[in-house]
Amino acid sequence: MGKTYALYRRELAYYFQSPVAYAVIAVFVLLAGYFFYNLLGYFNLTSIQAMQNPLQARSLSLTTSVLQPLFGNMSAVLLLLLPLLTMRLFTEERRSGSAELLFTYPVTDWNVIMGKFLAAATVYGVMLAMTLPCPALLYYFSTPETGAVVSGYLGLFLMGITFLAMGMFFSSLGDSQLVAGAATFGCGLLFLIVGWVTPFVSPGVGAVLEQLSIVRHLDAFARGVIDTNDLVFYANITVFFLFLCARVLDSARWRS
Amino acid sequence: MIEVTGLTKHFGPRTAVDEVSFSIGQGEIVGFLGPNGAGKTTTLRMLTGFLPPSVGSARVAGFDVDTQSMQVRSHIGYLPETVPIYRDLTVAYYLDFVGRLKGMPRARRRERTAEVIHACGIEDVFQQRIGTLSRGYRQRVGLAQALLNDPEVLFLDEPTVGLDPRQIVEIRDLIRSLAGRRTVVLSTHILPEVSLLCRRVLIIHRGRLIADARPEELQSHTGDALRVDVEARGELAAVRAAIESVEGVASVAGLDSAIAGIVRLRVAADSGADPREAIAATLAARNIGLRSLVTASVTLEDVFVQLVTREN
Repeated sequence: MGKTYALYRRELAYYFQSPVAYAVIAVFVLLAGYFFYNLLGYFNLTSIQAMQNPLQARSLSLTTSVLQPLFGNMSAVLLLLLPLLTMRLFTEERRSGSAELLFTYPVTDWNVIMGKFLAAATVYGVMLAMTLPCPALLYYFSTPETGAVVSGYLGLFLMGITFLAMGMFFSSLGDSQLVAGAATFGCGLLFLIVGWVTPFVSPGVGAVLEQLSIVRHLDAFARGVIDTNDLVFYANITVFFLFLCARVLDSARWRS
Repeated sequence: MIEVTGLTKHFGPRTAVDEVSFSIGQGEIVGFLGPNGAGKTTTLRMLTGFLPPSVGSARVAGFDVDTQSMQVRSHIGYLPETVPIYRDLTVAYYLDFVGRLKGMPRARRRERTAEVIHACGIEDVFQQRIGTLSRGYRQRVGLAQALLNDPEVLFLDEPTVGLDPRQIVEIRDLIRSLAGRRTVVLSTHILPEVSLLCRRVLIIHRGRLIADARPEELQSHTGDALRVDVEARGELAAVRAAIESVEGVASVAGLDSAIAGIVRLRVAADSGADPREAIAATLAARNIGLRSLVTASVTLEDVFVQLVTREN
């Protein structure tokens, strides 16, 4: 535990002593703010029109017109940004040779994996927290559904965690940050769009693909629904990639 | 303290370390000598628990390196060949980090940090970022992290490579001061370093252990005949004839000379003979100006050539 914490602290210090965390967080907050402004402005416009049209007014809701698309947009930005947080985690240790020293200390592979993973998750948590002024503004001017806000953020956080686990796995494979980053992006994107083909593949395959779709699971959260099915999905993918990462670290020792 | 039996490491079809066996007792400083690529680093990596052996076993500080890797790792200190330390950290933060990873409680970390920064002479740079330090200081930080847990066994892989002469002397003094309680395995390809620090040398070549001897004994591997380099003023033929006439001289070979009128010769004596004074006297008698007469030092190359030829 103490060892995992030491690795966590060291990794966190790296993120916040270098421009990495600040750059990624700044870009994310800027884009999230822009999306929010755009969605809210559009909602405002339709609301004014709806004052003449009671039928339209009834179908207007902050959850479906602002929160849901906001979380969707954020997930696309995260797909681009989160690989930047994880791509150096193991590649850098390999390249500089510090992995050799690290694995002659009395620490287990899981100490190292969890230390690094939790540090990346912390940076990501801070990143999401920085966008909280957006829903706060909604509370100031209106009454959004608290359930939808909370579950939306939970879903977004869990989705990001799976990207981080994916990124850790790809960074454990080699010593090139660029390759690790690109592979993470590709893999994440595939998980986002895997559901697109469901209408024209056989129903059996379609059902499986739909279950694998990150978007589908995120949608449920964004609507305000916390389903164990979705929780288990994210937990499974995360654990799966962390496990693969541990296997890679172990096998690298045999091959090297 | 270290028991190695039949240790072997394959990388695919290549055998990096081939059935190496030796044992090292407590408090010994042992030189691990060999040319680059001989398998020194791979052996050290297996002994430190970084790589598992393909065949064979090794016990360090009483624990098996493969099955009890964690216990082995807590009893050793390791300085890899390239000191791979995190450039973004200060020395203080780095040593604290290493102490935590080595599972040392806070009080002990503090106490040992004070000791190692004094022993390694890095008090001045304690608050500096490692990336800003010179090569010599970085090497000492590397040594400090290896010593932090007060290890029973210390593995040092080429600790003086890339240092300036003054730093080399300092690091060697430091290593010598560790002698006694601690077992030190020092990997190097510099023969004088071994003679200075170690009382025992293991020579590894193409993954195989080809010698286990005291440094003085290495000399005899090149044949027990004395070899002398002579520099004299005069004609090559005349000088040569003069030296060859001395009793106890087995052969004379010419060496390059940069100065006109000066000849340099390498003289090999008969086994057991010491014709140095006779050579000086003969040259003086024939009116040849003797400029220097030096016992040729045994180089690592000589030792290798001898050992490898004997192997074949």
